[in-house]
Amino acid sequence: MKKNLLLSLSLVIISFCALGQDAVSRGKELFGDMNARHIGPALMSGRIADLELHPTNDRVIYAGTAGGGVWKSSNGGATFNPIFDDYCQSIGAVAIDPSNPDNVVWTGTGETWTRNSVSVGDGIYKTVDGGTNWQKMGLEKSERIAGIQINPKNPDEVYVAVLGALWSDSEDRGLYKTTDGGKTWNKILYVDKTTGCSDLILDPNNPNIIYAAFWEFRRSGWNFNSGGNNSALYKSIDGGKTWNKIHKGFPAGKLGRFAIAAAPSNTNILYAVVESEQDKDKGLYRSEDGGANWKQLNNDFEIVVRPFYFSRIVVDPRNPDVIVKGGLSGSISRDGGKTFKTLGLMHSDIHDVVFDIKNSDRMYSGTDGGVYRSWDGGTTFEMVENIPVSQFYQISVDNEEPYNVYGGLQDNGSWYGPSSSPGGVEARDWVRIGVGDGYRVLPHPTKKLIYSEMQGAENVWRYDPAKDQAKTIQPLAVRGDPKLRFNWNTPMATSAFKPDRFYIGSQFVHRSEDMGESWEKISPDLTTNDPIKTEQGKSGGLSRDNSGAENHCTVFTIAESPLDENIVWAGTDDGNVQVTKDGGKTWSNVVSNIPGLPKNTSCWHIEASKFGKGNAYAVFTGYQKGDMAAYAYKTTDFGVTWKSVISPDVTGFVRNIQEDYENENLLFLGTEFGLYITIDGGKSWMKFTNNMPSVSVHFIDLQKRTSDLVLGTHGRGVIIIDDISPLRQLNDETLAKDLHFFTTKPAIIPESNGFGSTSTETQFVGNNASRSAKVVYHLKKRHTLGKMTLEIQDMNGNKITDLDPGKSKGINIITWPYNIKPPKVAAGKTFVFGGFTPLRVPAGKYKAVIQKGKDTFTNEFEVQYDPTSPISLADRKLNEETAKKLFDMTQELAYLVYEVDETIKAAENLKAKNPGSAKSVAPILTDLTKLKETLLVTSGDNYVGMGEPQLREDMAELYSKVAGTFYKPSGAEMKNMEAIQARFTTAKSDFKKIKDKHMTKLTEGISKNKLEPVIVKSFDEFIKEQ
Amino acid sequence: MNRNLLVVLFLFVGITASQAQTADEIIAKYFENTGGKEKWASLQGIKMMAKLNVQGMELPLSIIELKDGRQFSVATFQGMQFYQEVFDGTSLWGTNQMTMKAEKSDAETTENFKVNAVDFPSPFLDYQKKGFKVELLGKETVEGSETFKIKLTKKPIKVDGKETESVEFYYFDVADFVPILVESEVKSGPAKGMISQAKMSDYQEVNGLMFPFSMTAGAKGQPGGQTITFTAIELDPKVEDATFAFPSGN
Repeated sequence: MKKNLLLSLSLVIISFCALGQDAVSRGKELFGDMNARHIGPALMSGRIADLELHPTNDRVIYAGTAGGGVWKSSNGGATFNPIFDDYCQSIGAVAIDPSNPDNVVWTGTGETWTRNSVSVGDGIYKTVDGGTNWQKMGLEKSERIAGIQINPKNPDEVYVAVLGALWSDSEDRGLYKTTDGGKTWNKILYVDKTTGCSDLILDPNNPNIIYAAFWEFRRSGWNFNSGGNNSALYKSIDGGKTWNKIHKGFPAGKLGRFAIAAAPSNTNILYAVVESEQDKDKGLYRSEDGGANWKQLNNDFEIVVRPFYFSRIVVDPRNPDVIVKGGLSGSISRDGGKTFKTLGLMHSDIHDVVFDIKNSDRMYSGTDGGVYRSWDGGTTFEMVENIPVSQFYQISVDNEEPYNVYGGLQDNGSWYGPSSSPGGVEARDWVRIGVGDGYRVLPHPTKKLIYSEMQGAENVWRYDPAKDQAKTIQPLAVRGDPKLRFNWNTPMATSAFKPDRFYIGSQFVHRSEDMGESWEKISPDLTTNDPIKTEQGKSGGLSRDNSGAENHCTVFTIAESPLDENIVWAGTDDGNVQVTKDGGKTWSNVVSNIPGLPKNTSCWHIEASKFGKGNAYAVFTGYQKGDMAAYAYKTTDFGVTWKSVISPDVTGFVRNIQEDYENENLLFLGTEFGLYITIDGGKSWMKFTNNMPSVSVHFIDLQKRTSDLVLGTHGRGVIIIDDISPLRQLNDETLAKDLHFFTTKPAIIPESNGFGSTSTETQFVGNNASRSAKVVYHLKKRHTLGKMTLEIQDMNGNKITDLDPGKSKGINIITWPYNIKPPKVAAGKTFVFGGFTPLRVPAGKYKAVIQKGKDTFTNEFEVQYDPTSPISLADRKLNEETAKKLFDMTQELAYLVYEVDETIKAAENLKAKNPGSAKSVAPILTDLTKLKETLLVTSGDNYVGMGEPQLREDMAELYSKVAGTFYKPSGAEMKNMEAIQARFTTAKSDFKKIKDKHMTKLTEGISKNKLEPVIVKSFDEFIKEQ
Repeated sequence: MNRNLLVVLFLFVGITASQAQTADEIIAKYFENTGGKEKWASLQGIKMMAKLNVQGMELPLSIIELKDGRQFSVATFQGMQFYQEVFDGTSLWGTNQMTMKAEKSDAETTENFKVNAVDFPSPFLDYQKKGFKVELLGKETVEGSETFKIKLTKKPIKVDGKETESVEFYYFDVADFVPILVESEVKSGPAKGMISQAKMSDYQEVNGLMFPFSMTAGAKGQPGGQTITFTAIELDPKVEDATFAFPSGN
């Protein structure tokens, strides 16, 4: 009875635990060895939001990025490493504790350069070990943090500028202070729901003096406003207890975003960049009395340009008159702000600049295209080449071998590059196919042509990479058309049925049947066409900003059904879901059928399903209205009814969904905070975290041939999870087994042996996909205690090779590069490089055999030759036979040398034990030594001091040449083999002659002196022995 | 009745939760589960025979570690012997693969090696006496398994001339209380800033002490990794002093 109670109790507890387990842990328990690989690119990098320098160690630099987390350099900016992968990747501010700079660093999440595509933050984090581990310290609702200041005399006292929500009211804005190292926070200055704290200075000489700038601002999907009556600059001289506005000398009326800085060498000197109503009043102001009085100095373009994007001013730590202002190009003044000159050429849009702690000639700059270094005071800049924080909006793939990835980037144009490349995917592999902000890039389904676009479909190109020719093909207004409204991120689509068909969306769906040469509108205006949301000319507030980024009431996603070309779905940014079943003759808006979806929530993506004509998934984002909830729905009846496929496991609003091609229940979800995977059709989701940062996943594609999941991330470039096919095979039965082998596709022996990459160690190189055969299995429990081995066998059970098995709970992926082992070469005093070349196995069936404790698990798999190879089977077989012949010969020679050595050893031993026998053993020693000198190099080193090559070296060299290639051996190689074979035959015969001549005498001597006789192991024993 | 059951349940869950471990308890449990602290403390040295699988090629290794910090490792290949990380108490040396001659490691590496020599047989054994600090950071899932993450702060080392904190993170399996993963930040060289990982498994008993017979070293987030498999472990081996000495007339 009691036992039963206990049993049921523990059952209940177990299920409690299972429920309580989060999506991250469940993912870690399942995905095991499935790892994401990053292919960048880093050549154009991405937006950098904030740079911070260690105050005493000039090798240490932190870069907070717009969408790629925090990166740290420990080598003076030569290279950076990511140190914040597990957390929100949108960074507002980084701050280093001046009293413990090696260890304590704070990171405020949520970028504050509030462009239309900016992400959101989720609070403030602290590390106490230089960035290895981080802990969240609250302010979860801050959305974006503009500044962090730490009292240099009291590390527990920290001030945080919370700019707050961009798209909605928020009472969480304001200036916060902690006095207990972040355990608790007090809001010490608050203005109102629309005005956030945008900049912050703590006087390093007197930490009770604080300056805080406040900014009234708001963005919607269709408008941006900077400025209002509540924007202001405040000062406190009592550690934040009381505050005064310090505006004497500033213009009256509405103000916008401030940039503020104090000169470290004289903290009474302050600079403020002011956004105001009149252009003449805007610009740089200077105070020499701690903000009591201000005087305007300059309102050049670079000073006043786009305050929402460039409000950063920095003063040289050693010279109060040298100041740098972020801007379109960035500019520097050396006369206290009276005049400026443009900084040296780098990627445009400069968000932060810092001066080195010891040398003002050394500067670092954070731009829309990465981190730059200057060695000459900002005149010339060079780029840091290993920060792949590129921000993709969209990606797509083709079916080449290896397949290419196409995509468009924030402020960095459009590109395509290979998913794998000799030596890794590096900068030189990427090809530019568009300028401006890039969005959709689609390869033509059958021809080698590429469609790409820039913002707002200002240009849509059809590009021929072979001829390097681009043609603009976007739909243009025809007589009777209203103004065409294209989204900043205009949708494009191709067709699975008609290769030359091409769709583009404005407020209409446009269709071309001739690759964009001519267009037909196949829909009415599918949007709400709300006049309030289409007045972009008024956008910007105090600084007009009509870039097109706020175009609204537009079609945002188009999907033609892969099952029926007449079924087309269109989703709009103002919240409509439209579907036609007759190729555009009639459309129905089905959004009102979606339960629980707030009105006018942007339809971000529609995925037309492969499992039913009426099936589709639609995802929605409400973040532009301040709604951060996750919305993803499925319909199976053309949108008449919808079901949510979101579970509470999902964090972050949803950008994209991808359906598997084979298993309807396997779905991939891209959210603002990472990648989620479900194997039960969305009832529960697991977060994928294996080398996958919590980065915003804007777009997901699944490469059909390879089953690779390809992610376009907005902050960490292209990330690939190779071959997700094991996930298709997961079910209750496979998960319940102690060990379950997954079925793998036949492995193709890759026929490449080239020379690799050209990159240096300071450049990013993306890892390639492994092309080895894979043994893939699921372990129910991690193997920790006892022995576990894995060997590859032929179908007769003969061992081919040992592999190191994976022990992780979940999915294990073990690679086998189709090798047996290198030959055992004759023991010598120098390397012979043929001894490093393994013998390749022929195509055929093989077995993977795992011994785990007493249990044996076996799985058969197949290895194939490359079907596209130009090499004939006969040639390949000749290669294999020749390589095997040379392999065997090399080992036979090793055995011959072993026999010679053992005989020499025995003779030397006899000589040592009985010096009187020296004369009798001299002839055999002389003959054997002479023979050995022809068998292998016996002197020299492994570099240029190596002796002349002998039989071992020549034989191994030829073996290595033949075994290392795929072609039939050349005529020269075959003749060379004959010559080597002849030399070997002679050597064997010479050894026999020596033995015949001298062996009896030696054996007698050994026997007389009662020494150990010459015992030679058998060939097999010799080969087995290590 | 139901309510009572719930109360019991919550009590039960409450008890489980309050049985939170401290770092010291986990370490004590580790020694208890692997042979006992005393037995570990009396260990004078170990000799390990191992193999390294390099692209299908098996490289045989012989490794000796002694309590006094001396250490020896040799790999045999093509009849030649490659010494690596041999420490005779003064010099740290290894074989240059071009000349096949012994060369001493740079002064900083040698000094750092001396600092870490007290690790034998486990850095956790009497860690306070060694001046080390431990801290339980919480639970984390690694290798699909739930583990306790313990931060071990050892004596500082020097990196490019600058004194640097030496920290390792040990992940102890919550079921077996043995470490299954050790992580540390790479402090110099091309991989600087990356996290190095060593995964441990195949724990087996040798004369009453449990050793991991398989260790896989790699970098976090990077593919591949190199597994070393131990084929035999001998406790308190007899070794000659000359084994460790830097070769004279080199």
